Amino acid sequence: MSGGALFVAVFLACVVEAVEALTIVLAAGTSRDWRSAITGVLAGVVVLALIVAVLGPAVTAIPLGGLRLVVGGLLLIFGLQWLRKAILRASGLKALHDEDAIYATELAAAQAAPTGRRGLVADWYSFTLSFKGVVLEGLEVAFIALTFGANQRNIPLAAIAALAAVLVVTIAGIAVRAPLARVPENTMKFVVGIMLTSFGIFWGAEGAGAVWPGADAALLVVVPAVAVFALASVVVLRRATTTPATTGGAVAS
Amino acid sequence: MKRVRAFGAFWYDFIVGDDWRVAVAVVVALAVTYGVSTTAVPAWWVLPVTVAILLPLSLWRVARPRRAISLRSEDG
Repeated sequence: MSGGALFVAVFLACVVEAVEALTIVLAAGTSRDWRSAITGVLAGVVVLALIVAVLGPAVTAIPLGGLRLVVGGLLLIFGLQWLRKAILRASGLKALHDEDAIYATELAAAQAAPTGRRGLVADWYSFTLSFKGVVLEGLEVAFIALTFGANQRNIPLAAIAALAAVLVVTIAGIAVRAPLARVPENTMKFVVGIMLTSFGIFWGAEGAGAVWPGADAALLVVVPAVAVFALASVVVLRRATTTPATTGGAVAS
Repeated sequence: MKRVRAFGAFWYDFIVGDDWRVAVAVVVALAVTYGVSTTAVPAWWVLPVTVAILLPLSLWRVARPRRAISLRSEDG
């Protein structure tokens, strides 16, 4: 796989998760206390950095065959989850991810919660909300960046892609000071699902001892094939279900 | 004990997700790939075929009940 594909896969996955984390942090900061919310973000980033620092060397120490088997399997399970949700959203069977709606829900919950100080943190609710948002959304990105990077023996490039995505979303968030609802999050999730599934298939099979015809060039067939299959699934599901896309047939996750 | 259970539930949800059958099928498919790769038969096709069967099945498990509800409401 070229460095470009590694960069794109990690960057897109990271943008999606960063946008979701930003929505939570914005709700915590706007409705309650910015200082506590930002402290929560920093604490979350430290925890993520520790996880990557511990797991990074451990993952790269695994022999490539074993790494591809484990990581390929995990990526395939992960990718199929993403792709499944993306197809259900695109076919109207699951509500589209709506940052404005999520922001409104988080905001209402934050405003209703009682205030309370703990140690140096002025508002514990803002801190924990931001901390959880960053850690939970970031964990997925850390996993994707580590596995993709380790398989390509290029963790620095994966880390640069992840940091670039966080930077872009942070700058956009500061500029807009509102949830980034215009980011085509659902489309990006669809693309990430295709990438994770494709690379999961490729690396998983290689790790289990299979030899791909054309070696790495097989990816040029696997990725488009998964994309076409996913798009065809959307078309079939739309036709098979009589529930219109914008009605109560769709459920949020 | 509650925290341990919550910790386990988090990782289960993180790795396995909504449909545990997908995770089991992937593990089985990897084992089959390994088994086939030890023979003279090419093994690269096992995972693509697994995905081609698994994904529609997993999607249909979600779509089918909603379709049934929708059809019932149209009948009623």
